[in-house]
Amino acid sequence: MTQSNLFSKAPEGELYTKWEEYKSNLNKLTPEEANKYKIIVIGTGLAGASASATLAERGFNVHAFSFHESPRRAHSIAAQGGINAAKNYKSDGDSVMRLFYDTIKGGDFRSREDNVYRLAEISKNIIDQCVAQGVPFAREYGGLLDNRSFGGVQVSRTFYARGQTGQQLLLGAYSALSRQMEKKKVVFYPRHDMLDVVLVEGKAKGIVTRNLVDGKVETHSADIVILATGGYSNVYYLSTNAMASNVTANWRAHRKGALFANPSFTQIHPTCIPVKNDFQSKLTLMSESLRNDGRVWVPKKKNDQRKPTEIPEEERDYYLERIYPAFGNLVPRDVASRRAKEVCDEGRGIGPTGFAVYLDFQKAIEEKGEDFIREKYGNLFDMYQNITDENPYKTPMKIYPAVHYTMGGLWVDYNLMTTIKGLFSIGESNFSDHGANRLGASALMQGLADGYFVVPHTAMDFLAKETPLMQDITDRPEFKEAAEKTKNEIAKLMSVDGKLAVDEVHRELGKIVWDKIGMARNEAGLKEALLEIPKIKEKFWNDISIPGSDKDINQELEKALRIKDFIELAELMAFDALDRKESCGAHFREEYQTEENEAERNDQDYKYVAAWDYAENEEPKLYKEELKYNNVKLKTRSYK
Amino acid sequence: MNVNLKIWRQGSDSDKGTLKTYRLENIDPNISFLEMLDILNIKLVKEKKDPVAFDHDCREGICGSCGFMINGRPHGPQKATTVCQLHMRAFNNEDDILLEPFRAESFPVIKDLSVDRRSFDRIISSGGYVSTNTGEAPEANSISIEKEYADEAFLSSACIGCGACVAACKNSSAMLFTSAKVSHLSLLPQGQKEGKERVAKMVATMDEEGFGSCTNTGACSAECPKEIGQINIARLNQEYISSSLSGFLKKKDE
Repeated sequence: MTQSNLFSKAPEGELYTKWEEYKSNLNKLTPEEANKYKIIVIGTGLAGASASATLAERGFNVHAFSFHESPRRAHSIAAQGGINAAKNYKSDGDSVMRLFYDTIKGGDFRSREDNVYRLAEISKNIIDQCVAQGVPFAREYGGLLDNRSFGGVQVSRTFYARGQTGQQLLLGAYSALSRQMEKKKVVFYPRHDMLDVVLVEGKAKGIVTRNLVDGKVETHSADIVILATGGYSNVYYLSTNAMASNVTANWRAHRKGALFANPSFTQIHPTCIPVKNDFQSKLTLMSESLRNDGRVWVPKKKNDQRKPTEIPEEERDYYLERIYPAFGNLVPRDVASRRAKEVCDEGRGIGPTGFAVYLDFQKAIEEKGEDFIREKYGNLFDMYQNITDENPYKTPMKIYPAVHYTMGGLWVDYNLMTTIKGLFSIGESNFSDHGANRLGASALMQGLADGYFVVPHTAMDFLAKETPLMQDITDRPEFKEAAEKTKNEIAKLMSVDGKLAVDEVHRELGKIVWDKIGMARNEAGLKEALLEIPKIKEKFWNDISIPGSDKDINQELEKALRIKDFIELAELMAFDALDRKESCGAHFREEYQTEENEAERNDQDYKYVAAWDYAENEEPKLYKEELKYNNVKLKTRSYK
Repeated sequence: MNVNLKIWRQGSDSDKGTLKTYRLENIDPNISFLEMLDILNIKLVKEKKDPVAFDHDCREGICGSCGFMINGRPHGPQKATTVCQLHMRAFNNEDDILLEPFRAESFPVIKDLSVDRRSFDRIISSGGYVSTNTGEAPEANSISIEKEYADEAFLSSACIGCGACVAACKNSSAMLFTSAKVSHLSLLPQGQKEGKERVAKMVATMDEEGFGSCTNTGACSAECPKEIGQINIARLNQEYISSSLSGFLKKKDE
């Protein structure tokens, strides 16, 4: 058995009523009382914007920070497919319990029951809330909301707005935020990077920021700080994340004592446009919803150079349909990705690099007509054609897995508070709900659940027990010291004066992380990564060059401040992946697999959340939160 | 392929700014326009020169961060395409390519090709929402909306707020942007209750921010990367007239 020394603080009681009861017992503040408190929110994507708006509605004074100029630019906007909710509008047997179970199973039994049940329960309120805001979800001819199905489940519970669901949900949250800005309950700080969190007597009471336009390093104080800073997929250099998505805010909090949980749980999305050359700056996702009508295949023969349309049916291997007859092309992301890697490693990959598989719509077009496909996926097909210069109505798409989402993140308790008092983490930035693998259309759900419906209650409860500061305390030594440290770090980076652009170092780092801590990991590779990453760190601190001034817009400096933290994170990912001597979800250790090449979980020894404590120049220290399953039976995940 | 770039370099809004020429050789025509600028910037960094500042983030044509003028057109020559989705194959070998920031009084230059578009956020803040608090919403399917209206509302709401419409307009009008939000909400029952007040406030803010008047030339819609239709402007005008008649209109000189 593992020794656990970290507890979720979830209340006792029945799973089904726990959250409602807990919520009604939390301390409340009237809007007049709430008005005495100031809250800092970092990040204004789905989680941050929804939390900021809701907290402001409850009377709190919110100061929201983003490195973007407008909240509407956050990476949440790029989510395509949809958002899950257990509404059971299709009467196909869906329920909160079923969404809960699918999510736990999809996460390969490495997430917390209490959090996931709460998420499933809240999913219904989210749809109500978004519709009330005017989010234009897809509708049926009868005027009611439409649904579609997604990977890893057998019911239709995904609400969508064409291939732009994230955009429409973010614009909804942004409009709620804008309304509070107009009421002066939210002050928005655009183009600000958070570079440190400031602790006063052990509690998070403020932040250090850099204004990206004039380079000023500033400090801000508040009663609590909420991080809604997204995921860290860009540690891989190439990912589907937006260019500026980063781990810096979370990493700085980690260095100040917030534990970082399951850092090696990173999701590789199976349907992305393959890498074309060395200049590639990012990867583009093709929504998973395409697997509803697209069939995945590779030639049976190795190194088959024929055009896909010239390969007859009997010489094609629809490997997902073959291996997983029950779920077919709709297996969860981790399974679909790993199988794609496998067929390519066998030499059956297609395209110029051999690292791609086909996603074929021919059958769907024949059966349902081109118009049907155009109506459903038109914008995705256009996007594909624009990027690749190939027409997917005529020839199959080429796809390959790419890093897309990070299940790991700051460790939080049931209240979404990190191990630093008064520091909360919501949305993708925390580790909480997806275990070792996230199901499609669940990221938007979690971001909005945390922001609209969880943190407003738990943060209020925390604040109700705190005496409000009622004043700016940035003249305290803790703030001055933190600002000084940040300024020194910037000065040090500016003075390196080497020969490499920051991007070149990042690309090198990304290659190591992708090769060694990517879709498949093994002990030897992880140990190599731990030897190679420090060399990258050396190179970074000795060889980069940042022209221009730090008192001005300096996009190279912005990148350098982020890469510095990615390098440190990469090391932690390797430690985490080494520690977990089992395969689960997205974490596939080659040493631990079944004869059929499926992940081999070890519930006896690894049924825990691995939460790491930072130690400068030393190996990180591991804390464990033992996971308890009282309502579901641990099973081997099967999609056959 | 080889290209000759003429790029507007400007330190800040108060600086004068000037065009500088750069040549790039052996560019793969299949890279994106912004990847071409990445290559230029890495080259400049290695020469210890200040790289070109430009806004970008998702590189999937949805966040609305990118956008500047390429050969006098917002987002360049390709229809319904943001700069980040434009590829070098849209140009010819040895082309001269002129890059300038969006030019509009309400979009001050921050640096080089990067402009300040917060005036758009202020238009939205003045009324581009439904006034509903979290937790007050009724059951989602209690509101039934005809598919036709829901689809139309979606098309208006697909605006990415990039500012190409303003840059394309000879008067730097923000009518297409503002009307897209007004239309999106006025097409849906949830948004109709506040419709008259909303349009009056948003139009007033648009004027205060210094955007010009609309003369219906349609340049905005033609250059819009998301093909937001001019019909939105007609809908705004209709809403505006109806709002004026109801006496909600704020007089500008009041």
